Amino acid sequence: MLKHTRRLWVRLGQLDPRYLVSFLITLVLVLGQARYGILGGYDRLVIALGVCTATELALSRLVRGRFGNVQSAYITGISLALLIKPRADLLWPFALGGFLAIASKYVLQYRGGHLWNPSNFAISLLVLAAPGSVAILSHQWGNDVAVNAVIWGFGLLIVARVGMLHVTLTYVACFLALAVVRHGIVGGPLLGEIAPITGPMYQLFIFFMITDPKTTVSTARGRVVVAAAVAVVEAAIRLAGDHHVAALAPLYPAPPILALAIVGPVAKALDLYLASKPAYSPV
Amino acid sequence: MPSWRRGAVAAAFLAAILLVVALNRRTDRAGTAAVVPGFHLTDVAAAAGVRFVHHRPTLDPKLAHIAPLIASLGASVSVADVNNDGWPDLYFTNSRFGFPNALYRNRGDGTFEDVAGAAGVADVNRPGEGVSMGAVWGDYDNDGLEDLLIYKWGYLQLFHNLGNLHFEDVTAAAGLRRWMNSNGAVWFDYDRDGLLDLYVTGYFRSDVDFWHLQTTRIMENSFEFAANGGKNRLFHNLGGGRFEDVTDRMGVGSTRWTLAVAAADFNGDGWPDLFLANDYGPEELYVNDHGGRFVLSRVGLESDSKSGMSATLGDVLNRGRLDAFVTNISERGYLFQGNNLRLNFLPELGRFQQGADGVVADAGWAWGAQLGDLDNDGRNELFIVNGFVSGDRDRSYWYAMSKIAGANGNVFEDARNWPPIGTASLSGYERSRVLVSRGLAGWTDVALAAGVSDEYDGRAVALADLFNRGVLDVVVANQNQPALVYRNTVVPGNHWIAFRLVGTRSNRSAIGAEVTVEAGGMRQLRVVDGGMGFASQNDRRLHFGLGRTGRVERVLIRWPSGTLQTIERPAIDQVHVVTEPQYPR
Repeated sequence: MLKHTRRLWVRLGQLDPRYLVSFLITLVLVLGQARYGILGGYDRLVIALGVCTATELALSRLVRGRFGNVQSAYITGISLALLIKPRADLLWPFALGGFLAIASKYVLQYRGGHLWNPSNFAISLLVLAAPGSVAILSHQWGNDVAVNAVIWGFGLLIVARVGMLHVTLTYVACFLALAVVRHGIVGGPLLGEIAPITGPMYQLFIFFMITDPKTTVSTARGRVVVAAAVAVVEAAIRLAGDHHVAALAPLYPAPPILALAIVGPVAKALDLYLASKPAYSPV
Repeated sequence: MPSWRRGAVAAAFLAAILLVVALNRRTDRAGTAAVVPGFHLTDVAAAAGVRFVHHRPTLDPKLAHIAPLIASLGASVSVADVNNDGWPDLYFTNSRFGFPNALYRNRGDGTFEDVAGAAGVADVNRPGEGVSMGAVWGDYDNDGLEDLLIYKWGYLQLFHNLGNLHFEDVTAAAGLRRWMNSNGAVWFDYDRDGLLDLYVTGYFRSDVDFWHLQTTRIMENSFEFAANGGKNRLFHNLGGGRFEDVTDRMGVGSTRWTLAVAAADFNGDGWPDLFLANDYGPEELYVNDHGGRFVLSRVGLESDSKSGMSATLGDVLNRGRLDAFVTNISERGYLFQGNNLRLNFLPELGRFQQGADGVVADAGWAWGAQLGDLDNDGRNELFIVNGFVSGDRDRSYWYAMSKIAGANGNVFEDARNWPPIGTASLSGYERSRVLVSRGLAGWTDVALAAGVSDEYDGRAVALADLFNRGVLDVVVANQNQPALVYRNTVVPGNHWIAFRLVGTRSNRSAIGAEVTVEAGGMRQLRVVDGGMGFASQNDRRLHFGLGRTGRVERVLIRWPSGTLQTIERPAIDQVHVVTEPQYPR
């Protein structure tokens, strides 16, 4: 039994990580929709997936001369369909969000690498540029322990297998520690500060966005630092929200996503710059 | 790769971003086209002597950190002619110990007089008894006088109308002395025996005493799928002033935090059904199976869970069919639930179809609403009140609430875990909406043009021809704020017709009776309501605008007993008093 498990573990590790991540997000989609109707309409899924895939195929052909792998477009499309909650059943956020997410990989580049996780970029842009049209997922998983257990279990397994468990665990640990710090500063119930991480928006964030191999930095130590930095910036946004700082109000609806949008590309750009230096050799 | 390709991609990328901005601006401006309404509303509350100010409840100190949230309910208004003088009177509820409810008798000269004290229906908000959340009128004993049911966070109270503006508390004798934390009720005759029955909704669990809390674990355990709310109850009228709880036998004990209920025959089988707007669950339609049982039906409501707060009925498209409008919550950046306009396609498709978009879908944190023909053109307008907690203008609770909104229910079920609100606002200072339908061009908000610009935290809205001028006036009850009485001035030229129905085989109040007017090639259907909207009840008289049409072809009345009555070519521009025929036609 142990031998079989180990063999399975090795086989899983040999797979393209995108297959594992694709499986995970499909699981989230199926469970969320079947149990809680999390999508809000299948037309959204069709549009998001369709535009992401079409954009990926078109731009890869145009820019690189060959059709690219659509796995990441698949992951991005489902993420957008789950996370974007538009006003009055608008569908253009899914179409434009899908195009912008994929196109950002081809436009917002530095030294050959793209700087933003595609879903993170699109959602951040929509939340900031179209607050009258777009909100972000605030659904909950209800109190179904089984669903939560499945998502967390598979999530942790898969990020471990793709070598990103340290990112997830670092972020979660920092979030919890900073929640205690924020509680000490603003008062109020501690559980209220920890509560967000129990929701599906955070699960999508920690298993898909912050662990994206293409936009995380190249060293394990660097990834730990970046994950911690995201948590710190998020905590700063949250403290600003608790103190009603008007200038930062656009960031309050989605603190972790916007924190990643701020920290992620800076860290990635720095990593790409350092990687171009002859003396730098990532481990 | 040629640089022009990269340039093309970059240009498309930039264009898409600009398109996002442009489309967002268009969304913001949707439904604000310059339309001159054919009516104008002027607040005459003070001039009319209606100086009612609602006061929210004070609660157990364990809830002090979120008291403004919990104590955000209780303002209500219900309309009835309590002394049968032909002039509609107004009943407002208060929600704090020691603050009385008000019964404004319509003097018939444009002014009102609060007679609640003398009538014995004022001093009902007392420690140990609870505080009022709303009231509905219905002649439960068919003696020709409208009786009063007050629902509370506390003990229900039933007042028998003795005539001459005097009332007697008959709650205990009626078998209704029951502690419920209720925010809605409706009179209707579910078994068509000619006696009005009573359906009372539960919000918080009935074991919660807000002034002596045993636990702070009193909140919803899910924002979308909660089933831990107070149990709704159906009381069957046995006659002789007595009621029997038949909830379990009839299968209508929903616990989904119901905030509003409306009763009407949605599927055309002649039996009144129950439409529930639930705050933490999907809307529910309980179809009446010939008075023997109710069946929770899958009619296109079950997969869509928002924060239903009002159950408003009206013939939106002039199809001779009752549709339902349910209010929900929208807040820029945080949440776009969208109001629901449930178009009734039950006979054809077995379901409702969603018809809300644009300004109909987004009315802020929307509460009570009513459909009525405010300009007498033959089409309904939609009056929506909104706003939740108006505190400090520069402090919003939305961010703090978002911390727990998506969390596991075990966290926020305990009120202790809610972040304190302090003096912050939560969707405060919102402007009421007055929507007119422009047919295929959609709905347009004409509130400002029509004279409605208040930013009160509106809860209940009721429509009534208060001054007997053949136009619908609007009364609004605001939470912890003054009531508004809008006198309607309509552009001359449009005709109208109205009906006051008197049941004989049916309940005397004729609640549940449907009137269809055929005129000018249009059909309009209205129902006599025993409570509708949120914490409100409209004038019992049914008002129809006729536009320029100078003639009504036919009026069809379907009485709750099943009797069908036809009136050919009734005179227009007047109120017709119609008594149910003794024998079915």
